[in-house]
This record gives sequence, C-alpha cells and structure tokens, in this order.
Amino acid sequence: MAKKLLLLGDEAIAKGAIDSGLSAIYAYPGTPSTEIAEYIDNSSEAKEKNIKCYWSANEKTAVEGAIGMSYAGKRAMACMKHVGLNVAADPFINAAVTRINGGLIIVAADDPSMHSSQNEQDSRFYGKFAFVPILEPSNQQEAYDMVEYGFNLSEKYLIPVLMRIPTRLAHSRSGVEIKSYQTPQNNLKLPDDLKQFVLLPSIARRKYKELLAIQDDLLKESENSCFNKYIDNKDKSKGIIATGIAYNYLMENYDGDVPHPVLKISQYPIPANLIKRLYNECNEIYVFEEGYPLVEELLNGIIGVSKPIKGRLNGFVPRYGELNPTLIANALGIPTRTYYQVPECIVPRPPVLCKGCPHFDTFLALNEALKDYSKGRVFSDIGCYTLGALPPLEAINSCVDMGAAVTMAKGAADAGLIPSVGVIGDSTFTHSGITGLLDCVTYKSNVNIIILDNMTTAMTGGQPSLGLNKLADICKGIGVEENHIRIIKPLPKNHNENVRIIKEELEYNGVSVIISQRECIVTLNKKMREKHKKQESV
Amino acid sequence: MKKDIILAGVGGQGIISIAAIIGLAAVEKNMYIKQSEVHGMSQRGGEVMSTLRISDKYIYSDLIPYGGADIIIGLEPMESLRYLPYLKQDGWIISNADPFVNIPNYPDINVIYNEIKKIKTHILIPANKLAKELNSDKVVNTIILGATFPYLGFTKEEILRAIEQMFSSKGKDIVDLNIMAFTKGYEYALKYQNP
Repeated sequence: MAKKLLLLGDEAIAKGAIDSGLSAIYAYPGTPSTEIAEYIDNSSEAKEKNIKCYWSANEKTAVEGAIGMSYAGKRAMACMKHVGLNVAADPFINAAVTRINGGLIIVAADDPSMHSSQNEQDSRFYGKFAFVPILEPSNQQEAYDMVEYGFNLSEKYLIPVLMRIPTRLAHSRSGVEIKSYQTPQNNLKLPDDLKQFVLLPSIARRKYKELLAIQDDLLKESENSCFNKYIDNKDKSKGIIATGIAYNYLMENYDGDVPHPVLKISQYPIPANLIKRLYNECNEIYVFEEGYPLVEELLNGIIGVSKPIKGRLNGFVPRYGELNPTLIANALGIPTRTYYQVPECIVPRPPVLCKGCPHFDTFLALNEALKDYSKGRVFSDIGCYTLGALPPLEAINSCVDMGAAVTMAKGAADAGLIPSVGVIGDSTFTHSGITGLLDCVTYKSNVNIIILDNMTTAMTGGQPSLGLNKLADICKGIGVEENHIRIIKPLPKNHNENVRIIKEELEYNGVSVIISQRECIVTLNKKMREKHKKQESV
Repeated sequence: MKKDIILAGVGGQGIISIAAIIGLAAVEKNMYIKQSEVHGMSQRGGEVMSTLRISDKYIYSDLIPYGGADIIIGLEPMESLRYLPYLKQDGWIISNADPFVNIPNYPDINVIYNEIKKIKTHILIPANKLAKELNSDKVVNTIILGATFPYLGFTKEEILRAIEQMFSSKGKDIVDLNIMAFTKGYEYALKYQNP
C-alpha cells in the first residue's frame, strides 16, 4: 500500500516539491501560503537532500531568486499569497518571455472572502496575462501530484507554471498518497543560449513571438490533461463547469454521482474544445469557480451566446466571497437541509492584539503624543499592527499595501498634512518600506516614521525578520540624520518617556525614524517554553 | 461511519487539539479525513472555527454544508452558537459553559445558555471549573472531548489510544492527566443528561 500522510494543501505542495527534484524554495510569508515554505524549512528530509528554503525580503526578490535558480538549471519554487503576486508581477510576467531553464513553479495562494487579506483577487488572471499554464488543484492529492506534473510541464515547454490554491485548500488537511519514487535534483547547467534571459527589445520581440507560438501546444496540454475531466452523463438539461475546489462542492451535493455532464477544470489555458462540447450537448451551462468569474466571463463574451450561462455574473452564485456546498446547491436548485439561524444575541468577536503585545504600548504612546493635533494623520499598512485601527486604540488611518505606511505619509506631508506619521512593522519595512524612506530622505519630506520592531514576522507565525538588528543602520545608510533615529522600548513603565520622544520628533521638520523595539510576545513565549523544555531534558 | 464536526472557539484556545485527537483515532481506523483550520489574522483572539469530517467513504468537500454537522464542539458558549446554521436538526451541541470574555459587548451569559438549551440535544459543561479540580488549566479541551465521546462513534479504547499518541511526547504524567480529564468530561456529560 502506498504511504499516506495527513497534509494541509500547503504541505502537500511542499512535500510534492521535495519528492520532485526541487532544489530551492523562495518565499515571503503570507496567509494562506506560509505553510508551504515552512514545511520545507522544518523538513529533515529536505535538509538531508540539501533542498534550500529562503525566506526572501519580499515576493519580488523571491521570484527573482527562483528565476536565477532556474537559470542555473535547477528546479525552483516561489510561494506567496495572492497580493504578493502583485509585488512579484514584474519578474513573473517577464519570466514567461525569457522562458526558463530548470523547472519553475510559482505558487499563489488566494484568499476569497478575505479571511486574512485586503482583497480577493484571483491569481488565474495573472497566469492568463503572462501566457503561462495554470494548475488549480481541487484537493490535497492533486496539490501533491501537480508539483511533479508542473515541473515536467515547465521543463517540456521551458515555461514558468503558476499554481493557484484558495484558503480552503491551503488550510485543510487530508490524506495524501505519496509516490513510491523520488525525482533527483537537476545538475547545475546554464542555458544553451546565454542571451536567453537578456530581454533587450530586439531579443524580447523574438522571445515574445516564441511565447505566443507555444500557446497552441499549451492549449493541447490542457485539453488532454489528466486533471481536466469531461464526465458525460445522461441528463443534458444542464451542463456544469466546475474549476478547482468548486468541483468538490459540486460532487458533495450529489454524493459523487452527478446526473448532468460535468467539465472539471484544473489546468489552463481553458480547455476550449471541452467547453464547446459541453455547450453543444447541454441546454444550459452552470459555471462554478472559486474567485472571479474568469471562465464565465469568457464564455459569455461581449456578444453573448444563445444558451443561458449561469454563475456569478447573473446572481445564481454570489458575485463575491468564497464558495461552499450550500451556495452551489442553491444555484442548481437542489433542495438543501433545513438549518437553524444564528441567534440574534451573537455579536462579532474581532481579532485583537495579544496581551502584552509591544504594538499596544507603542500605539498608546503615539495616541497620546498626537492628542493635541486633529485626527487622521497616521498611515500604516500590513501586519498584526493593522489591528491598531480597531477600538480601543483606533490609532491608524490606512492599510493599503505593504510599505505604503512610509510613502503615503510622504504624499500626505507633500500635500501639507503636518505632522504626518507612518507606522510600519520591521518585516514590512524591509519588504517595501526602505525604498519609500529613500524617497522621503531625497526630498527631505516632513514625515515621522515609526518602525514597530518586534524582531519577527509576527502575523504569519514568526518567520525571520530580515532586518533584525540592522534597522538603525539601514535608516542611517540611506541618509536619515543620526540624531533623528530614535530607539524606544514600548513598555508601560516607559510610557511618559516614549510620549516625550515621539512629540519631539513630531515637531522636527524633516525625516525622523523612531524604532520601537521589543520582541513579539508570542515568539518570546515560544522561546521561553523551548528553553524551559531544554532545561527539563538536561 | 461518517461524522461531520464543527469546532468553535476563540483564537488561542486550541480548537485544533481536539480535532487532532479525533483525527488520530480516525487515521488508525483508515478512515477518510478532511480537517480545515484557521491561520493568520483571525487567530489573534478572534472567533475561530475548524471543521472535521471523517468517513468510511471518500469525502469531497472540505467544508460542511449548512444543516449537515452531527456535532458542534464549542470551547466557548457564544462561539458554539455562532455556527448553529451548520448543525443538523438532530445534531448535538456540546459546549463549554465557561465564557471567554474579551469584548466589551459580550451578551448576558444566561441569554446564551437559554439559546443553547433551545437545542434539545445539547450538553453544557463547565470545563474550566472541572479543569481546576484537576489543578490544570491545560486540560479544558480534553474535558470537552470527554463530554463529546458518546457521539463520536469510536470505542473508548480507540479514543484513549489517540490521546496517548497525542501526548506521549510530553511524558506519562501528561498522558494520565489527560485521560483523567477525558473521563471527568465523559462522566459529567452522562450526569448532565440523566440528572
């Protein structure tokens, strides 16, 4: 019997990569993608095989690292959450034009319903935009199997492959059958054409034509893919297209036995001939896809088709939010079970900063330092500290994207909002804040940047923070005046002192950086527990 | 056998540990499993929910349909009600009676109890208090698991073996403590139903 492991969707991808000749994974942590690289980081098997895990400064550097690994002939993976692919869009799109050498898989984990995100963008559009194949597993087993398949596909057509999973697959555990063989890693081998990766216009034009020329082959791969299935059934009153995880919700409703023809799509480009067949054979078409109505929109087109297409665009499925079995039953008119309503007395319980969190003390000091100014002058971005927007603190006024704390504060200061404050975490600062601070220094903008240095990437579970113990030097290095780089320790006993320092810098006309430094209470507790354990075992 | 279970609580209460023990018992019996978890922002003291599906037959969906859950296991009384639409009409709601109050507008606890008691098939168990009797605040979850036991479809041996597997790395004392906690929860639940 094949070996079976109980794995999260994320872990299935990681294990699939370990078993399929991966040489290195590059990632910036982000829910729901983090556990992919984390699994490899913690895997003794990966260590034995010398598979490297690199937590990168951001998603762009991660994808670029993976492209370099591929240039050198080895199999590489880069992982991120969906909005991370925005950051990495430049290398991602261009890697399709350069094409690749060693197999390259980019994993984007989407978060429909925004459990831990600012939007619910659908990464499949990026795949289409870049003209690369997309793999969208419907379950944990496919997530595992698709990694080897993806690397092979990548190397067959010298093309990066995008793998897309939603939260519900990333963070759901199931039994996964592990293959009986291990694929060895590639040897170091540079591209045959050493100009392959040089996208000078003259070369880029040729490479782009080549990319377009392989599209027909990629489509054929989709039409014949073992992951795309046309399941013929007798009742042609309906034809159903279900992509990725939506296929599971569909099958759940029929206990695996759907009376209508079903087209399961898990590989793109969209298998056009299979869709045409379904359309021709059935009276109306239902489209279920997790995320945006990508397939549905293309099916409808602008001119429209004569048979009804039912999905998110005409209210058969909600226009936004993640799918579930009940929504699909409703769309298809399958009777659902009666169910209780949520009692009226239930109130929401939003997440909060942990007890003892250093951010809390920093925000208290900042609020007090700002109390004589009008409200609405604190820009922030993404991390645990975004929770500072909620009561009781209500300390920040923006969360747009990683690094925007610094640059939005600059823009508002440029517009005349003085003082203008940017509050950014240590890991977010090294992700995307440094370049913005250089903008501030260049234009001597009147901004006060507070770096919340909890010495880790906290929100995603405590991955390394690449600027650890370097933040003051980084600020100094890009030109912040040394006497306006202040370091404070956010503790209740230092409150008055911290308020005074923040006030001083608010009054300074120029760039100031306050580094508020105290270790994240969660990682600190974890370290203490491990230390305690070690002492006990000694 | 097929059981669909919702686990509800507050981020940090460790709802996953209960799912993990039941999951281990299911793995031993070669059953199919799907267990979804919550990671990321919601873990920080907010409402959290996990689903556990175990079955002799292949399971398609990671999520449980509305009206489909056999059991809601609540580590916190208000949280056990938040996911009520998932419960089968004859499903069990087994909840900690001790509230976790970290919001200013937490409802009157008696209103919550009354809502839970509207479901005939319910058990309210003061798990924090029972844990104190065992001098450990770490066995609350195992006590609630004990109360849930009769509805899980496993034999006592199967669940105890899973508890042992779960805690064996922490030593025999911890295993024994958890077995005591399990028994305490189980006995309380029996008395609750047949006072």
